[in-house]
Amino acid sequence: MIGGGVEPVRVIRPAGGAADLRLAELWAHRELFGFLVRRDVTLRYKQTTLGVLWAVLQPALAMVVFTLVFGRFARIPSDGVPYAVFAYAGLVPWMFFAAAIAQASQSLVAGANLVTKVYFPRAILPAAAVASCAVDFLVAFGLLALLMPLYGVVPGPAIAAFPVFLGLLLLVTAGVGVWLAALNVAFRDVRYVVPFLTQFWLFVTPVIYPVSVLPEALRPAAGLNPMAGVVEGFRWTLLGAPRPSAGLLALSAAVGLAVFITGVLYFRRVEDHVADTV
Amino acid sequence: MSVRDVVISAEGLGKRYRVGAHSPYRTLRESIVRAVRAPFARPAADASGVVWALRDVGFAVARGEVVGVIGKNGAGKTTLLRILARITRPTEGTATIRGRVGALLETGTGFQRELTGRENVYLNGTILGMRRAEIAAKLDEIVEFAGVGPFLDTDLKHYSTGMQMRLAFSVAAHLRPEILLVDEVLAVGDLEFQKKCMGKMEDVRGEGRTVLLVSHSLGAIRALCARAILLDAGRVAAVGPAEAVIAQYLAATHSDAADQAVPVRAHFSPSAAIRVERVRLLDAVAGGFRVHWRQAISLAVTLAVEVPLAGVSVGVGIRGPEGSHVFTVHHDDDGARGWDFSPGRHEIEVTLENTLRPGFYRVHVGAHRESGRAGHLFAADVAGLEVLGTTADGRPAVSSNTGVVNGAATWKGPQ
Repeated sequence: MIGGGVEPVRVIRPAGGAADLRLAELWAHRELFGFLVRRDVTLRYKQTTLGVLWAVLQPALAMVVFTLVFGRFARIPSDGVPYAVFAYAGLVPWMFFAAAIAQASQSLVAGANLVTKVYFPRAILPAAAVASCAVDFLVAFGLLALLMPLYGVVPGPAIAAFPVFLGLLLLVTAGVGVWLAALNVAFRDVRYVVPFLTQFWLFVTPVIYPVSVLPEALRPAAGLNPMAGVVEGFRWTLLGAPRPSAGLLALSAAVGLAVFITGVLYFRRVEDHVADTV
Repeated sequence: MSVRDVVISAEGLGKRYRVGAHSPYRTLRESIVRAVRAPFARPAADASGVVWALRDVGFAVARGEVVGVIGKNGAGKTTLLRILARITRPTEGTATIRGRVGALLETGTGFQRELTGRENVYLNGTILGMRRAEIAAKLDEIVEFAGVGPFLDTDLKHYSTGMQMRLAFSVAAHLRPEILLVDEVLAVGDLEFQKKCMGKMEDVRGEGRTVLLVSHSLGAIRALCARAILLDAGRVAAVGPAEAVIAQYLAATHSDAADQAVPVRAHFSPSAAIRVERVRLLDAVAGGFRVHWRQAISLAVTLAVEVPLAGVSVGVGIRGPEGSHVFTVHHDDDGARGWDFSPGRHEIEVTLENTLRPGFYRVHVGAHRESGRAGHLFAADVAGLEVLGTTADGRPAVSSNTGVVNGAATWKGPQ
């Protein structure tokens, strides 16, 4: 506008052209993000009879089963930490990851009625799906904090590095989440692939076993799976398990970052056509 | 208008959709199989299934104008709104918009049955682009307008449909963007609420906001808009004063005139003895074979008779656009005697109670002798009938009532 003022001018053009992350626009829609997270969380707990208890029961039951099957019967080593705590410290980030990518992968398709009726940066949907799983994560994490002293496990000074692994967990989850959300719009059979992918991924991630069961030379390569770095990092910083090799950590961080960046770029490409395809 | 005052301008807007045998969804499995079979082939661009929902659309809207967008179903009205609202990208062309845009493509977007009325007001308001503080400031007004005060903290699933619709419209009506894009949301709820909605829209106009209003309700367009845009098959067919554009739309929507000759080829089973020569719609709207919603359909049918006929039963039928049979009535349905015709021209009149939903229908005329099937004389498709989406006094048809005929019902809810 020539006369000044703050009236926004928007030019609508065909899709394509320079990749612009439109971060300012994301920020402008933060309230919508907040409301979508609240909606998801409220609905999840309103619709289950057990409510919030569910968030505690799920990882706790998995821990009991894993401890019996893998710790007692299969006698899988646990880096000198009681197996129950060892498995649970891996399950906490893993369950967040698995639940969040499942929610995120469905977010655009499930939000079709919003996507076809109003405009907002579409990335808000997978982001809110991931964030809504944070409540379960916090509850499960609180249980871990109660469990550790019970088993006489106390964190060492390495706990200072914990936020790094929390960050890596978020990065990997968000990266995989936006990848799957966008793929699910382009390819409708992705939702059948996700449960299988999650199951397979669990077994290649050191959740029920430590990386130290692998041959020494192979251990850094486990870092190709960014969740390996996250889980090993959780155990190192929280339980005082042996520090994972620098190679594994660096590789996990690099792969995690790459997944996130490529995911965001791919999402930006798919985003413009979402309303026409969902 | 000066360039400075233009708040919406579109140039060469076009939107292409793929349709046809290939669904827009691909599957990962197919894509992988294809990639394995022919790793370097590019997916074939299938030009056959391409439809332009919008093409070469250009217009300008000045600040404070309320402009109506009219056109038949599939003319591209909603696509245009979706592009301006940034929900979908155009395939070609550009549009420039100055100011905060609010789009209302439906009411109650994102409503959740499991959340309370209050939670839904905040969620829906946020989705429509309102700030939390804005909603909080207007909450009382919204609730009062919708008349759901005592139920604000009750889950939406316990609301009646009417209450849900009123709450949804109320949130939308309190949107305060500089530019408002509205798609066919006025015709909700009962008549009293519709009047309130129209009043609210007039307030919006009075506040100097710019509005682009898509509606089938020509009455609403007439009442609210000074200018209108007529879309036809994705292109702008007319832009100008609302009244003139509406007249052009009505004249163009239907080729059938209110008074027309019926050729022999319109007869499925011509008879040498008797045929329809002419059909005339009495009280036609704007000179077309067209009636208002719920306006009785009065027809004058001229029959040309060659030989004396006795005991003839004349019938008039209505068929849906795809040929579905809506109803047929005969003059002797109630046991009246058959008519006797002498050679020459005879005009008969029939008035049909109009229970049809807005839309396009075909009128059939036929005759047979009392002796039943063997006595069949002729049947003919005589005219296309349009039932408009508004009543004679400009009120819209009840939009949520669907089907071919107007449903009527009495309800009793859960106690």
